[in-house]
Amino acid sequence: MSKYSSAPLRLLKAFGRFWWDFLIGDTPELFVAALVIIGAIALVSDVGHFNGVAIVLLPLMAVLALVLSLARAKRASRKE
Amino acid sequence: MLVATAVSSSSVVLVGTVFLACAVEMVEALTIVIAVGHTRGWRSAFEGTVVALAVLSALVGAFGPALVHVPLTTLRLIVGGVLLIFGMQWLRKAILRSSGLKAKHDEDAIYEATVAQLRASGVERGRDQTAFVLAFKGVFLEGLEVVVAVLTLGTSAHRLGLAMVVAAIAIVVVGVIGAIVAKQLSSVPENAMKMAVGILLVSFGTFWTGEGLKVRWPGGDTTLLVFVALYGLVTWLLVAMLRRNDVLARPVATS
Repeated sequence: MSKYSSAPLRLLKAFGRFWWDFLIGDTPELFVAALVIIGAIALVSDVGHFNGVAIVLLPLMAVLALVLSLARAKRASRKE
Repeated sequence: MLVATAVSSSSVVLVGTVFLACAVEMVEALTIVIAVGHTRGWRSAFEGTVVALAVLSALVGAFGPALVHVPLTTLRLIVGGVLLIFGMQWLRKAILRSSGLKAKHDEDAIYEATVAQLRASGVERGRDQTAFVLAFKGVFLEGLEVVVAVLTLGTSAHRLGLAMVVAAIAIVVVGVIGAIVAKQLSSVPENAMKMAVGILLVSFGTFWTGEGLKVRWPGGDTTLLVFVALYGLVTWLLVAMLRRNDVLARPVATS
């Protein structure tokens, strides 16, 4: 493969790397947490029609995700 | 009257978020450009910056109008999810820095590191390619985050024009101040700004994820302000708790 023909591939790789770093990076737990939040709220609100539960659950889960991620970071800093 | 209040409160939050997010990224990009300009001359630094801004403008021009055609519910769910992740990342980093568990973003150190890297690479004849690439990368990578923030926030709120104008104002304001104070960008309270942006992004992320999943928020758009207050309080509590734990964990010095 010549230097020039691999240019689009390099661009695609760089594009993929940007989104990987942007959404996952060194905090994969926050990415997973967001997926879990979306799944849980979809079940509660969209399928179950429990609007009141969704209103409380969504911010509560976001706070919980943040706390768990901070606890992970703190554990990591203690090991260093 | 109530509708007008709701519209203006969501607009104020949008303007504040876009302005702060752009200002923070602009400070980071400007540090690199100033280091390049001072070390290798302003021509290559300027050229790298202009080309990066042109590419970023082209990206906004290409993706901005396309995003407007995506159904609003789908767009808000995707954008909400992205902002939730992005906001929690910023907030986590800002909390760790405020509590002393992570070193603060040091613009002086970044400036010195960039200068050292440029000095080590030697002087080039004609167009200074190293300086051009470094300025381009600095502006492009930091600017890409601004583009994502402006496009997602602007299209979801149906105020892309307003978001773009605010972003442009933030870039000009930081650019002018940066040009005046030059190397003193380290005096900008970057972590506090990053924390505020994190709180605002998580608030928007929560709000739009809910909207995308058909959650009916009591009070409509004004719920955003409730989220800002809630996440602000949680952030304050977490910083205080982590600082307290850090103090308690330190060994007591014995005389």
